[in-house]
Amino acid sequence: MASVTVTALKKKFGQTEVLKGVDVRVPEGHFAVLVGPSGCGKSTLLRLLAGLEEADTGKIELGDRDVTRLEPRDRNIAMVFQSYALYPHLTVRENLAFGLKLRKTDAAEIEKQVKRASDMLGLGALLDRLPKQLSGGQRQRVAMGRAIVRKADLYLYDEPLSNLDAALRAQVRVDIRKLHDELGATSVYVTHDQVEAMTLADVIFVLNKGQVEQSGAPLEIFDKPATKFVAAFLGSPAMNFVDGALERAESAWVFRAHDLVVPVDEATFAGGLEPGRKVTLGVRPHEVEVAEGGEETTKFVVTVVEALGPETYAHGEIAGAPFIARVDARRSIKKGETLPLVFRSIHLFDAATGTSLRAR
Amino acid sequence: MNKKPSFFESAASHVVLVLAVSFALYPVLWVVALAFSGTQTPSPRVIPVPEAPTLAHLSAVVGATRKVDGVDIWLFGRQLANSLVVSLATALVGVLIAIPTAYALARFRFAGKESGVRALLATQMFPAVASAIPLYMILNYLGLLNSRTGLVVCYASTSVPFSIFQLRAAFEAIPVDLEEAAMVDGATRFSAFVRVVLPAARPAIAVTALFAFMGAYNEFILAATLLDKEEMFTLPVMLQRFIGEYDAQWEKFAAGALVVSLPVMALFYVAQRHLVAGLTAGGVKG
Ligand SMILES: Nc1ncnc2c1ncn2[C@@H]1O[C@H](COP(=O)(O)OP(=O)(O)OP(=O)(O)O)[C@@H](O)[C@H]1O
Ligand SMILES: [Mg+2]
Repeated sequence: MASVTVTALKKKFGQTEVLKGVDVRVPEGHFAVLVGPSGCGKSTLLRLLAGLEEADTGKIELGDRDVTRLEPRDRNIAMVFQSYALYPHLTVRENLAFGLKLRKTDAAEIEKQVKRASDMLGLGALLDRLPKQLSGGQRQRVAMGRAIVRKADLYLYDEPLSNLDAALRAQVRVDIRKLHDELGATSVYVTHDQVEAMTLADVIFVLNKGQVEQSGAPLEIFDKPATKFVAAFLGSPAMNFVDGALERAESAWVFRAHDLVVPVDEATFAGGLEPGRKVTLGVRPHEVEVAEGGEETTKFVVTVVEALGPETYAHGEIAGAPFIARVDARRSIKKGETLPLVFRSIHLFDAATGTSLRAR
Repeated sequence: MNKKPSFFESAASHVVLVLAVSFALYPVLWVVALAFSGTQTPSPRVIPVPEAPTLAHLSAVVGATRKVDGVDIWLFGRQLANSLVVSLATALVGVLIAIPTAYALARFRFAGKESGVRALLATQMFPAVASAIPLYMILNYLGLLNSRTGLVVCYASTSVPFSIFQLRAAFEAIPVDLEEAAMVDGATRFSAFVRVVLPAARPAIAVTALFAFMGAYNEFILAATLLDKEEMFTLPVMLQRFIGEYDAQWEKFAAGALVVSLPVMALFYVAQRHLVAGLTAGGVKG
């Protein structure tokens, strides 16, 4: 096992610059998740780590080894493919043993490792089947098994759950985290599912257009997004955005958009506050509450009610922008009702650049 | 789709199948009748059956011998061996050349790839006969007339382009992920090819080899042009010689035709499993 250090990594395909100088550092034993929208270069970064694509410039280190120009087989990396890529002509047992055989492991050791991996993943009954005789979930586990059967320095996962149905995905997600806690293997996991990212990661890297937009612990990124992009990407339902400007009213700062006036805490946003600055207000659906007793920030007309059971989402508009508010499921609200809302926490982003005004 | 067919559906499909099979087999029945008939010219009938059944024609064809350089050789055995050796060698050489070429075309980008493919395709437009005369001259120059090697060279050169196209499609149907997984697992590009791609393409390779074999086994015109010694004949040439200009020995031709078909039938029987798998080769799953 080893840490991973990626420095100023660049990759072009023809004229398209897919990675524009990526820096990633994953400490030994950590589970890193790369998230980002489709086409942002996640798979490309993973393939560069695996050695399946060659970097144009930049450096990839595993521990203290520079592996930037090494062949995949010399990097000692294991990878789980989105398509699983099980060898169709080999049984599950042979699929698991394939990498060990290539590395000239002796038969008894292969037997032992295959047993260990198949016990961990519950593959015992499937060992003599061919991939085509397995269900999707079983194939996924075999693909995982083929990776963990080896003692690799780094484990890579490219959207390993995207071919599973929602229920199975939720379960396997937990299994993967358990497996990681057991093995403590340095891992890089690619997904565009932000729930997977939040629940699995020790550290998240949010990729956008070939660059790391923000990295850090999941909750830190969730609570303090550095850009509007990150704020919009993480969280479901997504953060609400309202465009407006900053104003200084008497002794306090406020955000104003039409008739919406939101107090701004000077300490939190120190340094970014200028009168007239065009900014975007960000409020997560769960950062609002129905106001009790006159502390309301704004009034909110409910146009659609989504009752999910544990919580209810009220849809409407604030200052001309669509807005979703989470309300207590026990409170019965009706379409057309007017709710007094109070914002418990707010985010401010520069309207032009999208960077957060939050003081670092 | 797994519903059991009704009695009517089942009966109707059987009727259609029986009709189709009889239509296909009717001429073959005539050949059988002819091959085993003792009378000189069997009279035409609706249901062909041998008249005065005999094995004479069969044994005359199979038992044919001939003196070469003062030694009696078993002519038919020699001709059968010619056919089998030439066809097997054609299939082998063809597939051995086509596999790496097709793989390169399926997986790599290189200068001249598109024009190369187009040139290969162009060679397919001309019938092999068109090159019979130049081939004759080349083989003559090389001293390969009347030899198995010469025939293999000609056959392979015509079967390779088609084999390449077939195998390229097969390799393209195999997900690149498989090779990449093998390379991450510790394989070189070459061993990933040998251990993962070749086994996954096995059905397609078997079908391609079978096609090349059949093409060579049935080929007549080139063989008739390039061979003039009886002991070097392949079976199709041997067969044709029963139908001379003055007397056509149809019974021997029929008996010979049956014998000649046997190896092919055997081969199809053995290769059946691969054939069915090969024709659905697109179904290779990851
Ligand atoms: N071999 C290639 N040749 C040319 N362009 C490529 C190649 N591979 C990827 N790209 C381009 O690079 C960009 C990033 O691709 P990549 O597969 O890394 O995206 P991704 O973040 O994994 O997206 P997704 O979430 O959809 O899997 C895309 O615009 C894609 O079209
Ligand atoms: Mg991808």
